[in-house]
Amino acid sequence: MTLLTAACAFFAIAILLIIISYIAARGVSSLSLQFLIDTPKPVGEGGGIGNAILGSALMTTLAAIIGLPIGIAAGVYLAEFGNGTFGKVTRFVADTLIGIPSIIIGIFVYTLVVLPMGRQSGLAGGIALSLIMIPIVARTTEEMIRLVPNSMREGALALGAPQWRVTWNIVLPAASTGIATGAMLAIARITGETAPLLFTALNSRFYNVYLDQPMASLTVQIFNYATGPFEVEHAMAWAATLILVGLILLINITVRFLTRKKF
Amino acid sequence: MQSKISISNLNFYYGKAQALFDISLEIPERQVVAFIGPSGCGKSTFLRTLNRMNDTIPIARAEGSVRIDGENIYAPGTDVVALRRKVGMVFQKSNPFPKSIFENVAYGIRINGIHKNKTDMQERVEKALCDAALWDEVKDRLNGSAFGLSGGQQQRLCIARALAVQPEVILMDEPASALDPIATQKIEELVVELKKQYSIVIVTHNMQQAARVSDKTAFFMLGKLVEYNPTQKMFTNPDERLTEDYITGRFG
Repeated sequence: MTLLTAACAFFAIAILLIIISYIAARGVSSLSLQFLIDTPKPVGEGGGIGNAILGSALMTTLAAIIGLPIGIAAGVYLAEFGNGTFGKVTRFVADTLIGIPSIIIGIFVYTLVVLPMGRQSGLAGGIALSLIMIPIVARTTEEMIRLVPNSMREGALALGAPQWRVTWNIVLPAASTGIATGAMLAIARITGETAPLLFTALNSRFYNVYLDQPMASLTVQIFNYATGPFEVEHAMAWAATLILVGLILLINITVRFLTRKKF
Repeated sequence: MQSKISISNLNFYYGKAQALFDISLEIPERQVVAFIGPSGCGKSTFLRTLNRMNDTIPIARAEGSVRIDGENIYAPGTDVVALRRKVGMVFQKSNPFPKSIFENVAYGIRINGIHKNKTDMQERVEKALCDAALWDEVKDRLNGSAFGLSGGQQQRLCIARALAVQPEVILMDEPASALDPIATQKIEELVVELKKQYSIVIVTHNMQQAARVSDKTAFFMLGKLVEYNPTQKMFTNPDERLTEDYITGRFG
């Protein structure tokens, strides 16, 4: 029994390691500082993913700014006050939203933001990503808050703390590591999303910090390079993939480090 | 003897199920009152009506009156936050906050805005820890995690936390039931010491404990108050046959 489970655990880890090492092996040859800084160029002239990294960072940040407060607040509501019908409905809707293919979110935001604005934009991309993020963050936050023992809430209430202070000073800090982990997973998830960006942020060949303009992203850039006809493009797609995986790994490690248990 | 808390005709319901039946009882000032009785007899529920902790249960409902210093705490418009500051509580399982030892004690002081400045806060925390007989054991690691303390120390930390907001009454819900004999003895000594300043109500499963620490004892069964008498009388010559049977271990 131990052997069997150990074998399965090894299998799960091995696959991850194989993927990462394969990506590293294929991608490392095209990596250079120039590649990380340059914008895409016509085939044969080099080119890079600098604007795509910037675009991904901007849109992910925007999505986090919109999505984290809403998602965490919704999770707090569901855990602390959401036992009525409204809570049940919200929980069901959130679960459904998590299961919706992300391209549908893309089309939705296309209708709601892109059409009225008249063009694709980083803003629309960020909004699409935030919509994917909110239900994930809400549900993980709820689960983490439910793990906080009720005795802790009672202890604070018995000292004369009003409900909002109990939630704010006791429950949220106690659940913070779990909530941060959930937020991190959501950020890692949206950093790797391609489909919702195709309709909303589109792509761009230039450095762009204006959120009302079309914006490049790592994932869409990888998609473009990988589906191009030339071998150089494929090599750049591998290199960009390596960067993307590396960034996601970096997010994970950073948050792990920041949320080490202090108490 | 002046009554600190005066309960009259208290009925209590969880939804349709009645948990307490027509209870009337006087809790004297600066004495220890023990509640004993078999599991599920309503003694913890009764304890929690005294600081309205049952308010957190949506279907719970109380009838009758509980007067503390003459004021009915179930009257409409009662400030529950102020009530709980006046009536502190220590729980069965120690429940320190995931904060430092210092911050655990400081929390109640801070949320109630009792302290004047930082020095005042430090003095209050030190006094509360001294009163809970914990200061000497933790004075060198006030910034360490509360979870690093032993079970008995954690429970005394929770007592310190309750003392820090300067309550007048302390409710203790089986405070030593999860502790070893030595830690239990410390808590009991503490209870006897604390009654000089506070009115204390303690729920316990341990009859020797009730006999050791309390001045008066109330025996509950099936949500009813069976007998309420001075502890000495209760354990030597109870009025009720039922009390005698329970105390001598004929059932329970």
